[in-house]
Amino acid sequence: MSAREPNISSGFWRRTTAMLIKEFIQLRRDRVSFAMIVMIPLMQLVLFGYAINTTPRDLPTAVLLQESSDLGRSILKALENTRYFKITHQVTDEAEFDRLIQSGNVLFGVEIPRGFERALRRGEKPALLVAADATDPVAAGSALGALNQVVRTALQNDRAVPDAGAPSFEIRQHARYNPAAETALNIVPGLVGTILTMTMLIFTALSVTREIERGTMESLLSMPITPIEIMLGKIVPYIIVGFVQAALIVGTGILLFGVPVLGSLWLLAALSTLFIATNLSVGYTFSTVAQNQLQAVQMSMMFFLPNILLSGFMFPFAGMPTWAQWIGEALPLTHYIRIVRAIMLKGSTLAELHYDAIALFFLMLVAMTIAVTRFRRTLD
Amino acid sequence: MTVAADIAIDVHGLTKSFDGRVVVRDLSMQVKRGSIYGFLGPNGSGKTTTIRMLCGLLTPDKGDGTCLGYDIRTEADKIKLRVGYMTQRFSLYQDLSVRENLEFVARLYGIPDPVGAARAMIQRLGLQGREEQLAGSLSGGWKQRLALGACTLPNPQLLLLDEPTAGVDPKARREFWNEIHALAAEGLTVLVSTHYMDEAERCHEIAYIAYGELLVHGTVEDVIEHSALVTYTVSGEDLNGLLHELAGKPGIDMAAPFGTSLHVSGRDAAALDAAIAPFRSRKGLVWAKSEPSLEDVFIDLMSRARDNFQ
Ligand SMILES: Nc1ncnc2c1ncn2[C@@H]1O[C@H](COP(=O)(O)OP(=O)(O)OP(=O)(O)O)[C@@H](O)[C@H]1O
Ligand SMILES: [Mg+2]
Repeated sequence: MSAREPNISSGFWRRTTAMLIKEFIQLRRDRVSFAMIVMIPLMQLVLFGYAINTTPRDLPTAVLLQESSDLGRSILKALENTRYFKITHQVTDEAEFDRLIQSGNVLFGVEIPRGFERALRRGEKPALLVAADATDPVAAGSALGALNQVVRTALQNDRAVPDAGAPSFEIRQHARYNPAAETALNIVPGLVGTILTMTMLIFTALSVTREIERGTMESLLSMPITPIEIMLGKIVPYIIVGFVQAALIVGTGILLFGVPVLGSLWLLAALSTLFIATNLSVGYTFSTVAQNQLQAVQMSMMFFLPNILLSGFMFPFAGMPTWAQWIGEALPLTHYIRIVRAIMLKGSTLAELHYDAIALFFLMLVAMTIAVTRFRRTLD
Repeated sequence: MTVAADIAIDVHGLTKSFDGRVVVRDLSMQVKRGSIYGFLGPNGSGKTTTIRMLCGLLTPDKGDGTCLGYDIRTEADKIKLRVGYMTQRFSLYQDLSVRENLEFVARLYGIPDPVGAARAMIQRLGLQGREEQLAGSLSGGWKQRLALGACTLPNPQLLLLDEPTAGVDPKARREFWNEIHALAAEGLTVLVSTHYMDEAERCHEIAYIAYGELLVHGTVEDVIEHSALVTYTVSGEDLNGLLHELAGKPGIDMAAPFGTSLHVSGRDAAALDAAIAPFRSRKGLVWAKSEPSLEDVFIDLMSRARDNFQ
């Protein structure tokens, strides 16, 4: 009847392109999503960025004075002069001191032990104990970092110290609740991975479920298009979206916060493609499993949380127990954060990053395979 | 299995259950090429499920057959290329414009000039001036026309239309059917499900399905004849009162008002005559033996089927 003798195996690119054009038009028309693509990275970056950029001032501090000496008083004065610390409590009882830190009334506790002055004059290098509530690592970290130098300088001006040159006493720092405080620059590169994970997951997780919910999947399945073509058509537009986001974050990071990019931007772009495709495939898998859009979002969150917590974005990877590190190794964000931090901050090359690059590639293959095989060709 | 060249759909013993509940049971049907085949049945009787099995969207639990000569189990890809399926629920992209929807379909099917093909279809549908309107914002009648346009765009040999005119006004409905007849005249086979009796009468052949079983099929005349239903049309005063008196009497299987008259039917002519005898001489009533309407036949089939299945 029809002169056209069509063939299902030919025209792969044609059908994928048809799908792609459709997705682009839909994305362009979805104003809210479109705004989110730009707004999420900017908002997060500014929020996180300014949080890390603020130099902590007047952090509430408690002092446990176990002796009353001139030297003790001048140390306290030096502390206050740094403007980091503000002595809000002076106590003489150790239990009271602990309670203040525990309750969060103060962020720091400085303990001047009994016999400190005498030991110092004898050159015994006594310890000055500084306890920090490091549940807020950004605040605690920078103050602790500054502490050493500032106090030393302050003491050099004080006649009480016999030999200004040699370190005459030791500041023993004790970060409570969070042993390793993160440094600030790590956050912007980490944000690239986090924001990409979140948006890529959600967008694709919704893509198939939306078609099912709106009933368009029934028509789509009744037409000659294969699951791979549908998947590629839906994923490719978001790879571009992912690039725009990554560029936005890195660009803003450089402009606003002076984050360096020591390594190759091309390498970063190439490995980012792997990472974006991996997350898109994971999201796509969720969307083939979920019954509706709400479920798809919930599944994405289930995946997103361990990514945030176990990837080394929030907490230092090396500080986690072994089992958590194993889980972390299976998450794409872990490898990507290492890659971004290494390229941006250390200027690493592919040779140095080959383990994480291969791991990322492997995770992408796994995710894509699951996504394609999970896709149902019928409505059963 | 060899299929006569003039048979578009030929399936045998199709069975489908969902969660252990049989939704389509042992269904067989043959549809001739170039004919308009009406598919009728109450809500939930399995029409949509059957249509989905025909175009490869659902895999039957049992049974087999061919659609346009291709096996419905193994050659779904080939069937999809040649069949236009219009879903019961509007399933074009609401956030794409009329033109974009048509171009998308044209590209998927590999039509050489998708833009031109879409433009030609817009002309044919009389949608000029609305090309850029989002499909979701069209009125119900226009949506149906667009959906029909989208599934005829790739030049299919068979159209599967699932309640294409639900919620469409009479004029739009008539135009829709004129279009379907025009397509059939060009050689297209059309399988159309509907709840409207007037639409059933516009089909070359009909089939009636209830509780997943195909109960009758054939031309409208065949079906009415096959029913062996005897019907009287009563007109006159206080038909409502009469309806209440007649309802449930042995021998009377059905009594229902039709405009200003009442249809009283029974399967057993003798029992029916006995049951209505006391009322025939009532003053002010005119009794006339008549052909049962298609609706009478269907309602009777449905109540009989219910007796069998419950
Ligand atoms: N995917 C499914 N899962 C479970 N049950 C289903 C599914 N699809 C259909 N059903 C059930 O199968 C039965 C037949 O449904 P179907 O949609 O085929 O009926 P229909 O004749 O098209 O009805 P209508 O005239 O209302 O469109 C219904 O009871 C429906 O609830
Ligand atoms: Mg239906």
